[in-house]
This record gives sequence, C-alpha cells and structure tokens, in this order.
Amino acid sequence: MRIYAAAVYAFLYSPIALIVLFSFNAGRSGTQFLCCSLDWYPRTFGNVLMVEALINTLIIAGTTATLATVFGTMAALGLQRVSRLARLTYDVLIYVAIIIPGIVIGIATLVALVNLFGIVNPLLAVLLPGGDGPPPLQLGMGLGSVIAAHTLFTMALVIVIVRARISGMDRSLIEASADLYATPWRTFVQITLPQLLPAVLSGFLLSFTFSFDDFVIAFFVAGPITTLPIYLFSAIRRGVTPEINVIATVVMTVSLTLLVIVQQLLQRQRRPQPAKA
Amino acid sequence: MTSGVAAAAALPVGRAYRERRSMVTAMLLLPTTLWFLLLLLMPLVVILVFSFGERAPAGGYQPAFTFAQYLNLPARLKAFQNTLTLAPIGTVLCVLIAYPLAYYLAVKAGPRSKTLLLTLVIVPFWTSFLIRTYAWIFILGGKGIPALLAWIGLPEIRLINTPFAVLVGIVYGYLPLMVFPIYVSLEKLDKRLLEASADLGATPIGTFRQVTLPLSMPGLITGSLLVFIYLMGEYLIPALLGGGKVFFVGNALVDLFLQSRNWPFGSAVAIGLVVIMLIAIALYMRALGRERVRSDVSLV
Repeated sequence: MRIYAAAVYAFLYSPIALIVLFSFNAGRSGTQFLCCSLDWYPRTFGNVLMVEALINTLIIAGTTATLATVFGTMAALGLQRVSRLARLTYDVLIYVAIIIPGIVIGIATLVALVNLFGIVNPLLAVLLPGGDGPPPLQLGMGLGSVIAAHTLFTMALVIVIVRARISGMDRSLIEASADLYATPWRTFVQITLPQLLPAVLSGFLLSFTFSFDDFVIAFFVAGPITTLPIYLFSAIRRGVTPEINVIATVVMTVSLTLLVIVQQLLQRQRRPQPAKA
Repeated sequence: MTSGVAAAAALPVGRAYRERRSMVTAMLLLPTTLWFLLLLLMPLVVILVFSFGERAPAGGYQPAFTFAQYLNLPARLKAFQNTLTLAPIGTVLCVLIAYPLAYYLAVKAGPRSKTLLLTLVIVPFWTSFLIRTYAWIFILGGKGIPALLAWIGLPEIRLINTPFAVLVGIVYGYLPLMVFPIYVSLEKLDKRLLEASADLGATPIGTFRQVTLPLSMPGLITGSLLVFIYLMGEYLIPALLGGGKVFFVGNALVDLFLQSRNWPFGSAVAIGLVVIMLIAIALYMRALGRERVRSDVSLV
C-alpha cells in the first residue's frame, strides 16, 4: 500500500521535476541536458512577446477574479432573499455555467459576440461619427471579451463557495446586531462580511488561478491579443525549447504560492471563527 | 428561509422598508443576471439557431432552417467515437488508480503525514494544465522513453500521438480531481464498521465489497462525474499528445470554427456534444441510482 502510494506520487511529480530541471539547461536544444545555468531565465523574460502575453494574462486574471468575487458574493447574498422558484432558476443557471464544457462556452461566446458586435458597431459608427477617420468607438474581441467570458464561470464558482459559507454562518450574531438597531448596511460590514471573508478570498484566488490557467476559452475569444497559455501553446506547437521550461517553472511557482494561501484560508474557515466585538 | 438582515423584520416594518429591501435584492442579483443572460443564455441560443442554418460561401453563417447540419454529423463520427471511448476509459482508469491512493490516505496514513500527502495530491491540479500535459510530450516523445528503451536494447516503439499517450495525459491530468472526492467519502466512513465486519468473519475482500465500497460510492460518483464532464470537452490533451491522429470532439470544434469557419456545422457538433454528455450523465446517474438502492438494502 505504501509502495503503491509512493509510485503514484512519483508518477505525479517526476514530469514536473523534469521540467524544472530542464529550465536550468545550459544547452540550446530543449531535449538535451547540459548542467547547469540560469541563462534561459533572463533570455525568456527579455522576450517582448512573452512579457506582453504575461501582462495581458495578469490583467485578465486580476480583473476576472475581482469581478467574479464581487458579483458572485453579491449574488450569493441576494439569493438568500428571493423566492424558492427564483432561487431554483439561478441554481440551474449556475450549474449549467459550470457543467457546459469550456470549449462550448468558448465557441458560443465567440459566435454570439461577433454577431452582437456586427449589430452594435454600425450603430456606434452612426452615433459617434469619426469624421474622415474610422469611428472612434468600436467593439471588438480582446481583453474585454476574455474577461467577460472568464467571469461567467468563475462567478458561478464563487457563488457556490460563498453560499456554502453562508449556510454555515452563525445567524444569532446578525439577529443581535439588528436588535441593537444596527442598519442592514452596518450589520453587513461588521458582522456578515468578516464571517464570509475566508470564502470570499478563496473564491478570489480560485478565480484568479482558473483565469490565469485557461487556454481553451481565451483561444476562441481573445481575438488579436495573446495570453500566456496561448503563447505557451503555440511555442509548444513550434517545438520544445528551454524557454517553455522556464515559463513553466515560473508559472508553477506562482500557482503553488497561491495554492498554499488558499489552503491556509480554507483551514481557517473550517475552524470556528472567534466572534469579535 | 430569510436572510439575516431580515431579522430586522422583527422591528416595525413599513411598505417603504419592503420596497427598499427588494430594490437591494434586485441590485445584488443584477450583475449575475446580466452575465447569465448575455454570456450564457444568449450564446447558447445563438449556436442553437446557427445549428439549423447554412454556411455562408465565405464562411460564417447564413440564415436558413435546415436539419442538414445535424444529418451531416456522421462526418465527424471519428471524433465522437474517440471521445466516447477514451473519455469513459480514462474515467475508469482514474478511478482504478485513484481509489487505492484515496484509501491509503483516508484509512492507512498517519494523521500527521495525511495533510501533507493530501496537499501533494492537490498541488499538481493547481499548476498549469497546459504545462503538465506538455511534460508528457517530452517524456513520451522521440527522445524520451522510446530513446531510453532503445538505449537498453529494447525495440524502439512510438508512444506519442497514440491513444496510449492520450490516456496517460488524461490520467495524469485528472487523477487529483478523482482522488479528492473519494478521499472525502472514505474519510467520513466510520472505521469501526470495518472492524465490526472483520469481527463478524468477513474476509478483507468481503468487507471491501460490502462495507467500504458502498459507503464510498458518493465520492466515487462525484469524482467520476467531474472527470467525465471535463473529458467530454477535452481539447488540450488530444491536441498535444494525440498529434492530429487521436482527436476528440473538442479538436473537431476548433477546426470547424477557427480553420474551416463552418459555423453552422460547428454549432451542430457543439449541440450534439452537449446533448450526448447530458444523456450519458443521466444514464450513469440512473444506473447508479438503482445500484445505490440495492446496496442500501443489503446494508440493512
């Protein structure tokens, strides 16, 4: 049993270890290992296209995580106060958003947005004529469409996580707060929000990781822009280079850090929260 | 079920208060509703409409009402066949490999090492999927395992771009997703039941079949549903490890939308995929529903 477990862990970790090892390759080719150098690190981060893709991805993941967390938390709170039928409708939509394969979401969003822009852009051109030049405001694929598509399914995840937390929350504090004539807003800020915080934060980090990692949806709706996974995918298609190993190592380090933070937060959430005055 | 804020209802409540309250509720749900309408329902309706349309000569869509796209689905039969064989096989392989590990973690591992070992299972899942799949191009590719085999004198075999490579990618990618739910249900299992079963003379295999397995069913079901759902829409693993020879419906979709720009046919394929997926899940749940009833009876 122990040996079996060890074998599975070896299976899980040796590929990762191999990538990290090869990122310190001194050789030029990706498949032969010459120990050891950090050469490829500055070279990779000196690549303008890579850095641009990384920045795009960080902007997308940061915005997605913020929107998904704020809107998802709002919805989770709102769903506590609606009729059973309305809640059921939202439940169905939430699970549809989670269950539909990313690739289907990607193509459906692409097709829908292209058509929507086809209707909206001529209108915008009439409303805001640009004189001789092209119209000043035209919608198109780019950062915005990726953020919008990512926010859809990460928001659904945040709703699920935050609602689980709400159902485990101590109601008596909220009632006490209301009895003591706190306004609903004050009760929310002083009582509800602190209790929800671990779930909200882990929702944020999960959304960030999902968005940062997503290839398939961005592949369809990114239009002219490149995200890091898209960049990596085309680099892999071109062939194995030490550059990919460097990016992989850096990305894994970042996601690992985030994961450790999520774990800590979830662990705190499992313990009962000390009530603060 | 009223919210905590509604506890204020104990105070004198006027119409103004109620109106304000429903305003607040509407505001809370507004962004989510907008998103669901514009980025979930509208896109799904659009591809549903497109799937009954025709391809415009220059690519894209041209309005029509025809079942031609659906009747043409057999043109992508191979992709559906691959998906519908490799996705279930991959799911089963994940169960077979994940179960013993989850059992070890939940029942055998010491409390201290357990947390660490569990974290180690989850870590790969949170590192980039693309990168983890890429690692196997490296290992299974010409200069990886095949070269190693040739070096020790065994016949060189091709591993990359085969169904085997795709299955390795699947198991590697989704194993953590399977271990976790099974672990959770085994963890909840009352260990005294195992002792009781052994005391009553059951063999270890008997105990496993009559106690452990039925009680870990919820985790097994959750895990395999999760993995199966992901696999049905898989694109990256076949794209990177199947090399155009072993392709899934996801790969056919990318081809149809981004290369040949046949949107109506692509939409029909997408709708077909979702429908097949839902049918498969429904059948699975029904089969298990019966199973679970039976195991409940045998437990009594």
